[in-house]
Amino acid sequence: MRDFITKSKALYQKHKIWFNIAILVILVVLPLFIRQSYLMGVLCRILLYATLAGSLNAINGYSGQTCIGHAGFFCIGAYCEAILATRLGLSFWLALPIAGIVTAIFGGIIALPTLKMKGIYLSIVTLGFSEIVRLVALNWEGLTGGPMGIKGIPVPKVFGMQFSGSHTYYYIFLAIAVLFIFVTGRVIRSRVGRAWISIREDQLAAKSLGVQTSHYKSMNFMYGAFWAGIAGAAYAPYVRFIDSTMFTLDEGFNILSMVIIGGQGTLVGPVAGSVIVNLLTELLRPVGQWRMVAYGLLIIVMMWWRPQGLVGASDSILSGNTGKKRLSRKAKKGVSA
Amino acid sequence: MSALLEARGVCKYFGGLKAVESVDMTVNKGDIFGIIGPNGAGKTTFFNICSGIYQPTKGEILLDGEKISGLPSEQIAGRGMARTFQNIQLFRYMSVLDNVKIGFHNRTKTRLGDAIFHDKRYKQDEEFVVEKGLEILEKVGLLEFKDTLAGNLAYGVQRKVEIARALALDPKILLLDEPAAGMNPLETQSLMEFIKQLNADGYTIAVIEHDMKFVMNSCNRILVLNFGQKICEGTPDEVKSNQQVHEAYFGKGIIAGEAVKGNG
Repeated sequence: MRDFITKSKALYQKHKIWFNIAILVILVVLPLFIRQSYLMGVLCRILLYATLAGSLNAINGYSGQTCIGHAGFFCIGAYCEAILATRLGLSFWLALPIAGIVTAIFGGIIALPTLKMKGIYLSIVTLGFSEIVRLVALNWEGLTGGPMGIKGIPVPKVFGMQFSGSHTYYYIFLAIAVLFIFVTGRVIRSRVGRAWISIREDQLAAKSLGVQTSHYKSMNFMYGAFWAGIAGAAYAPYVRFIDSTMFTLDEGFNILSMVIIGGQGTLVGPVAGSVIVNLLTELLRPVGQWRMVAYGLLIIVMMWWRPQGLVGASDSILSGNTGKKRLSRKAKKGVSA
Repeated sequence: MSALLEARGVCKYFGGLKAVESVDMTVNKGDIFGIIGPNGAGKTTFFNICSGIYQPTKGEILLDGEKISGLPSEQIAGRGMARTFQNIQLFRYMSVLDNVKIGFHNRTKTRLGDAIFHDKRYKQDEEFVVEKGLEILEKVGLLEFKDTLAGNLAYGVQRKVEIARALALDPKILLLDEPAAGMNPLETQSLMEFIKQLNADGYTIAVIEHDMKFVMNSCNRILVLNFGQKICEGTPDEVKSNQQVHEAYFGKGIIAGEAVKGNG
């Protein structure tokens, strides 16, 4: 089995470009073969959450900061697009990047007080942030419509073609997900990405090598927030109605579970996580609330057997037991006098 | 001979504990400067002050005549000081080459936009980083490990990776904190050769070490600390003959008879 995996990985590496093109072509022609809009809806969700989970992974997986309030960024992006489109009549194509930038600014603001925090403290701040955003959306009736939400968000148009319904909207989600993975892949394999990873690995050493950790941490937060904002902005015209109940903490944990199940610190991980969690949601619909139990069990089992996630490398930082065996000398944290 | 790294009356107090108490030090260009002292003498604390991890309570540090105390460690690194750590602090889940690549952080300029569009600056930087990185690995003798995860390497090799990573900064001065700790005599010997070679290549080196053979044979000047205070600074011969150093290491009052009497 392991042999098979390494061989297929090698084969993929060898013909990387062709494989990627083939996958892309399949994804592009897929809607032509699917009639049911229900199935297309599932595919849309998978692509949307692939971007969302990926943007969270950019923060959690690469720079090693634990953000669990990602729904807050999602919420800001969605409301931003909805408000710009309904109040100012801005086109979707203009509102999309604006929403991303606004969300990135919020990401920067949340990063400022948290630069000195680590681990659980940072997580609590992001959690609180997510709740604050949701409550503001719920109570600022003048701007967000309060509990009534925002209705009738106009659908995107291009050359007279309307993106309404999951068959056409699929392409918007696909384009965003592909763009996200492409751009993030490039960033990760550059000086910037290496700086992020060095912060995850050992902040003290990164500093002593001249990496301005505060700068790169806030940049990382802004980067993750930007893409969450883009995903949110793409989501609003898809559902055409948003209100604050869509962006609860549950949503944040949902995204987080995709990252954990798929594998943190890998590009494919969040995509795999999104596929699995979304398919599971659909498969378990008949059992109703019991599916939450299934989720819980899945996360526990994953943590037990494959803490690095499904596609995470067995030699990654999160790979529990096997990793510890291989890397027996754990680096001691902190400076000794 | 000009002073490269100077400490003037440096103190560091942790509450009531005087970890480092008014220490002066001058490291000249081209030195291998040894810092020795019994356990808990404040050697590592002193290094941490020099590299900006701690701020001194009193006194100042000058690098090449410029005051660097008060600056954060990333800026001090940018001014040309590289260091290694006593308990190896490698990026364990990155390859050896990637570890070294991070050392080039300040010498490259790629920003987010450059990385996304793969523009000229990105290509130049990546080329530079890979070429120079491999050059350093070859010099250190780690070329065969370039794609291995740093955490999977043997202890002695990890120490070398840490030094290689520090060399990527192209530092004016290299601070090594107990580079031979946990090494066997053979490894220590090869490390000693290596450090001498680095010095011959023009690097100024300050090193904390417990291995006396290592210190006395390779360093040209030595600073001795005890209980946070400087008790001696000079050439190996001066240090060897210093009475206070003897007392710090062996205790005092061992005159024939007295010790026996004390025990009896």
